[in-house]
Amino acid sequence: MSVPTASEDGRQTGPAVPAATATPKAKMSKRQKAKLSRGIQYAILVVIAVLVAVFADWPTLIDSFGRIDIATGMFPDVITMALKNTVVYTFLGFALGLVIALFVALMRLSSVGVYRWLATIYIEFFRGLPALVVFLVLGFGMPVAFPGFNLPQLIIIMIALGLVSSAYMAETIRAGIQAVPKGQIEAARSLGMSSSRAMFTIVLPQAMRIILPPLTNELILLAKDSSLAYILGSSVDGRELAALGRAEIVNTANLTPFIVIALCYLIITIPLSYLSRVLERKYGSADSGVK
Amino acid sequence: MTTTSHASTKTPIIAIRNLQKSFGTNQVLTDINLDVVKGEVVCVIGPSGSGKSTMLRCINTLETPTGGSIVVDGMDMTDLDLDIDAARTRIGMVFQSFNLFAHLTVRENLTIAQTKVLRRSKAEANKVAEANLAKVGLSEKMEAKPGSLSGGQQQRVAIARALSMDPDVMLFDEPTSALDPETVGDVLQVMRNLAEAGMTMVVVTHEMEFARQVADRVVFMDGGVVVEAGPAKDVIGNPQEQRTKDFLSRVLHPGQLG
Ligand SMILES: Nc1ncnc2c1ncn2[C@@H]1O[C@H](COP(=O)(O)OP(=O)(O)OP(=O)(O)O)[C@@H](O)[C@H]1O
Ligand SMILES: [Mg+2]
Repeated sequence: MSVPTASEDGRQTGPAVPAATATPKAKMSKRQKAKLSRGIQYAILVVIAVLVAVFADWPTLIDSFGRIDIATGMFPDVITMALKNTVVYTFLGFALGLVIALFVALMRLSSVGVYRWLATIYIEFFRGLPALVVFLVLGFGMPVAFPGFNLPQLIIIMIALGLVSSAYMAETIRAGIQAVPKGQIEAARSLGMSSSRAMFTIVLPQAMRIILPPLTNELILLAKDSSLAYILGSSVDGRELAALGRAEIVNTANLTPFIVIALCYLIITIPLSYLSRVLERKYGSADSGVK
Repeated sequence: MTTTSHASTKTPIIAIRNLQKSFGTNQVLTDINLDVVKGEVVCVIGPSGSGKSTMLRCINTLETPTGGSIVVDGMDMTDLDLDIDAARTRIGMVFQSFNLFAHLTVRENLTIAQTKVLRRSKAEANKVAEANLAKVGLSEKMEAKPGSLSGGQQQRVAIARALSMDPDVMLFDEPTSALDPETVGDVLQVMRNLAEAGMTMVVVTHEMEFARQVADRVVFMDGGVVVEAGPAKDVIGNPQEQRTKDFLSRVLHPGQLG
């Protein structure tokens, strides 16, 4: 290791960095080391790819995962029904989750101890619970415990996704609200605004810059969590991507539907990740001049 | 008692009686008594931690007093039945850190409380905003965002925002302490104009020159009490209490430490 870096150093510091002292020298050698280790990593990746390509059983792979006829047979249902249902479930769950989250976040920041306490319990409870458990309890537990509790499938899915996402979003909203300087509320109150008006017209709009990027991430998580709806055994036209995928796999005795479904999830999630990055960049830099 | 002869002739617009304030077990204000009459400019001076800000913030109950009473314009600010939001519209406040609404333009900063709290029409609110922004010499900044303004400009906008509510009194908490030295003068000039126009003002400040020139009365606070109060030329020019003398020698001649 030390031999190549030393020789690299000599070559680099000479013409490129004329006023170099000991510190840039050390930096250069670090950069060289990083370059070397990156090179090694690339080499390993190439080796893995080659090994996979050589040893994979391509005919079998294509036969189980890449049957074009099966893939095309899934259209247009996979888009018009399954993708649409996934999107609908995700947005309904997100909308409900957002409303609950806002309430819980405001309770968490309340001056009333009981509210803070309830909000903390709610957040800890639903943050710690796997989404699957929430679906099972709502879908199968509640109807047993409360015989009158037979809501439409869509509502159950919406509530389950709303509960699952609300705890995390409540914490996000709370953090966003707390990041707004206290002076903003004091100025608003000194102008005669009530505390709720100050919250909604002054604090929350400013908190959005901090809240929005993580909320977009939550939307992505929720799109994936919506796949749990299949355990409720929804009706045929209520199937979202995961349910349709499973049904098709059973029907065709082939795994190609998995690939189609995976691609459909990416159609939803990749634009959202992009949006999240755009929001983060936009608000991250706009921050600097404002205090 | 801090009431001076000329103050006792009129009913005070701000009357603070036996004001106490504790944060937990930390008693910050022990027993504050202060009257301010209409049109008077009172400067509050004193060492850091003496409770100046706390006293000022008790006047519009940004801090809730733990004892005593505060009457502003006939409104008992400690009365639980008082509509505190309505009462606060009568009391303008200017903060050390400006606290302009960062997501709104200057125009929106000046109009939002007028339209949402005072229920003025958009047109009227805009007219009031324009007049007040002109008063602080920043008419050309109407559509600017606070972040693009200098500290001194932001503070002048903050003063215009408070004035746009047509308050009866104005409270200033060290309005120039966070400013670059070259922008302090503009803000002080705006405050001078305001004083000359007859605004009732309570100003917490370290600007002794301003206090000497503009204040009708100077109040020296230390350790949560008013130690000395009176005309500026007396309190600053010829202090009677040892604590006032020590403080003034420290701030007026900062070179001669110890
Ligand atoms: N919200 C608060 N919670 C607890 N203690 C507080 C709070 N606000 C002020 N204090 C305490 O009250 C005391 C007086 O504070 P205050 O800000 O009124 O002093 P000040 O005279 O304005 O000082 P400065 O010149 O530094 O602004 C300080 O000891 C401070 O620590
Ligand atoms: Mg202070």
